[in-house]
Amino acid sequence: MRHVVSIGKREFASFFSTPVAYVFIAIFLVLSGVFTFFVGSFYERGQADLTSFFNFHPWLYLFLVPAIAMRSWAEERKSGSIELLMTLPISVTDAVLGKFIAAWLVLGLALLLTFPLWITVNYLGQPDNGIIIAAYIGSWLMSAAFLAVSMCMSALTKNQVVAFILAIVVCFVFVVSGSNIVLDAFQSWASANLIDAVATFSFLFRFESMAKGVLSLSDIGYFVVFTGAWLYASLVIIEQKKAD
Amino acid sequence: MISVKQLCKRFGQQMAVNHLSFDLSPGDIVGFLGPNGAGKSTTMKMLTGFLTPSSGEISINGKSLETDRISIQKQIGYLPEGAPAYGEMTVIQFLHFIADIREINGSRREQAIRDVVSKVALEEVLNKTIDNLSKGFKRRVGLAQALIHDPDILILDEPTDGLDPNQKHQVRKLIQMLSKEKIVIISTHILEEVSALCNRVMIIAEGEKRFDGTPDELLKRSNAYNSVHLHLSYAADISGLDELDGVKDMLVDHKTGKVTLIPEPGVSIVHLVSEYIYQRRLPVDQMTVEGGQLDDVFRQLTAPHAAEEVA
Repeated sequence: MRHVVSIGKREFASFFSTPVAYVFIAIFLVLSGVFTFFVGSFYERGQADLTSFFNFHPWLYLFLVPAIAMRSWAEERKSGSIELLMTLPISVTDAVLGKFIAAWLVLGLALLLTFPLWITVNYLGQPDNGIIIAAYIGSWLMSAAFLAVSMCMSALTKNQVVAFILAIVVCFVFVVSGSNIVLDAFQSWASANLIDAVATFSFLFRFESMAKGVLSLSDIGYFVVFTGAWLYASLVIIEQKKAD
Repeated sequence: MISVKQLCKRFGQQMAVNHLSFDLSPGDIVGFLGPNGAGKSTTMKMLTGFLTPSSGEISINGKSLETDRISIQKQIGYLPEGAPAYGEMTVIQFLHFIADIREINGSRREQAIRDVVSKVALEEVLNKTIDNLSKGFKRRVGLAQALIHDPDILILDEPTDGLDPNQKHQVRKLIQMLSKEKIVIISTHILEEVSALCNRVMIIAEGEKRFDGTPDELLKRSNAYNSVHLHLSYAADISGLDELDGVKDMLVDHKTGKVTLIPEPGVSIVHLVSEYIYQRRLPVDQMTVEGGQLDDVFRQLTAPHAAEEVA
């Protein structure tokens, strides 16, 4: 645990000693504003809630989380510093968790910095702040799932661009598996159970109720298990490929 | 105490390390020699727990690396090839990070960092980012990182590669300064480094051990070891030199008047030669005894399939 903190601290500081974190947070804030006000018609809806903000989070994360995670292992392997890291007296689990937590905190920070939106709705009306907080927590949980996938893709390759593209593709699959595009394709031939199964794997499906502030145990469990599984996969991949 | 038994590492079809066995005890400063791709780095990566051996056993201070990896890694300082580090950090941040991971806490940490910084002379670059340092400084940061916890075992992969002669000298002095109680393993291509630094040489080629002994023993294996060079001031009859006991071969360069007498292996011929010169009043104005050519031995030992067994 101690080592997780040491590694996490180093990784977190490294996000801020390079422009990565600043660029990420700036773009996240700009895009979430654009989506909320222009695409999500925040004003036109005339409701004091942040649904139009949260609804776009899966799509924002789809591109931004792979961008922040792509260097995590790819860079480490390319520069050879992985040899240094893995010969320090730490376990691979420490390294995986440390890196994950650091990046997840950056995502959390980006989310926190959207607070002006929250102030805006509170100024314009009387929103249910409990719902908003729940939706924030849900969104942060979902970002962990995106992050775990993206870090796993970064562990697969030495090339950050490849890691980025792979991560987008895999995340995209999990995002859209619940959308009508995919489900319609299944509609004609698959049984209802299969369609449901596909849909339940979808981030969109899982996040739908979370965006409305409903944190059900099954949705939370889904994201926790999903994140854990992908982190475990990266652990296995790193053990296998660290020296390649 | 490091004990390696029948260590093998296979990459696909290729045996990178092939049944390597050796024991090292405190005080050993081992030079790991071998051509590129001989398996030096692979062996070091296995010793430090970075790579898992395909078969064989490594035990360090009585513990098996397989089961006690982390507690063994605490006693090892390792400089990987090319001295990789986190380039975006400053030197002092980097050393703090390593000290943190190595669990050097509180006032001990400040002390450890101060000591290691003065040992490898990093004072002037403490607040620079590692990416902006020269090669020599980067290498020293790597050494500092390996030394910060005062390890019992120090494994340095090409510590002087790519440094200028002054920097090489500094690194060598540093290694010599280290406590005599440590095990130090250095890999290098530079033969002179081995005679300057090490009290033990291991030559590896094609993943196999080709030589294990002291630098002197290595020199003795040179054909030229103990050979005698003469220079004649004018032409004279020297045919008798060739027939002296123990002289294996005589090479004469008529242009320069240089004569080289090569002895049978293990025989010293210098006294016979000088007696002969004295008796015949040969016009010799220069006479030197050769200490042996490391390059020759190295080439000889690492030649493909020169799998001659060595004591």
